[in-house]
Amino acid sequence: MAIFRLFSRFAPAWLAALLIVLALPAQAVVRDVYSFDTEEKQQRYQTMITELRCPKCQNQNIADSNSSISEDMRDEVYRMMTNGASDVEIMDSLVGRFGEFIRYKPLLEKRTLLLWATPAISVLGGLLIVGGIVLRSRRNNQIDSELSAEERARVEKIMDGHNGKSDSQA
Amino acid sequence: MKRVLLFLPLLVALVLGVLLFSGIGKDPTKLDSALVGKAMPEFALEDLHQPEVQVSQQVFQGEPSLLNVWGTWCPSCRAEHADLMWLAKNEGVPIVGLNYKDQRAEAKAWLERLGDPYSTSIYDPKGSLGFDLGVYGAPETFVIGADGTVLHRHVGVVNKQVWEETLRPLLNQAGGQY
Repeated sequence: MAIFRLFSRFAPAWLAALLIVLALPAQAVVRDVYSFDTEEKQQRYQTMITELRCPKCQNQNIADSNSSISEDMRDEVYRMMTNGASDVEIMDSLVGRFGEFIRYKPLLEKRTLLLWATPAISVLGGLLIVGGIVLRSRRNNQIDSELSAEERARVEKIMDGHNGKSDSQA
Repeated sequence: MKRVLLFLPLLVALVLGVLLFSGIGKDPTKLDSALVGKAMPEFALEDLHQPEVQVSQQVFQGEPSLLNVWGTWCPSCRAEHADLMWLAKNEGVPIVGLNYKDQRAEAKAWLERLGDPYSTSIYDPKGSLGFDLGVYGAPETFVIGADGTVLHRHVGVVNKQVWEETLRPLLNQAGGQY
């Protein structure tokens, strides 16, 4: 009985431990180990594989994907990098095989101009619209304040009369 | 001016509509090959049937041909096999087979059992030529010109419709007579 009580008291801990143990193999599959002689190279490699898109799985980078083509691409990036290739050389060689599709950062060229310009265009458009609204409302306010003293007195009178009337009705 | 502005939402809807409509029916998983217009990558791999024989890009010289990437692990390759047999037998198309990331014994057994549509079979267990070709999933079929230039890539199963609509016209344009 005491044992049972002890167990149930620590049940959440037990459960957590069990879950962690169960989750371990799933995590182990994800990474194959590449070793680099410098931290800087490791960093370059990591950046590179997160900027390359998997052609098979389309919405994943090759760092996150387990497909065999992503494995091959990671291998190639590693192989070229340890052979002293620059980032541009590696990128060009992979794009030469798989096409522009695999770039998560497309090059700035004629075909991609609209793609790159769209954020700027929409921000500019938004600013223009907001600016237009602000200008217009300001102009309307000005028209309001352009009433003469006499007119203003009339307006107040009408408003008062209206209020008084509705009050008395209520 | 105000009246014109009233039509702005309609205009935006129309432009968006045309843009989005043009995307309907397009399969985003089918990518154009980066190699179209370029020469076949250089390679030196063993023949599937005769390990002592080396096959190189020279195999594509002479007449336009098809290059079919396949593997015994690939269910869609099984599905297109009968059509490849038909192409090779009835239409007489030279099809070079690229056995991709596979095992020699299994691949040979498959061809013995289902028939062999390939004029040459390249054995690429590590997928090195496949990688150079930008293969991202079998089956893929390339149209190769008589001078060894990559003319087209078809991703997915080859059937009679694909042959009639895509492969045959391309082969004929490249000087074939089918």
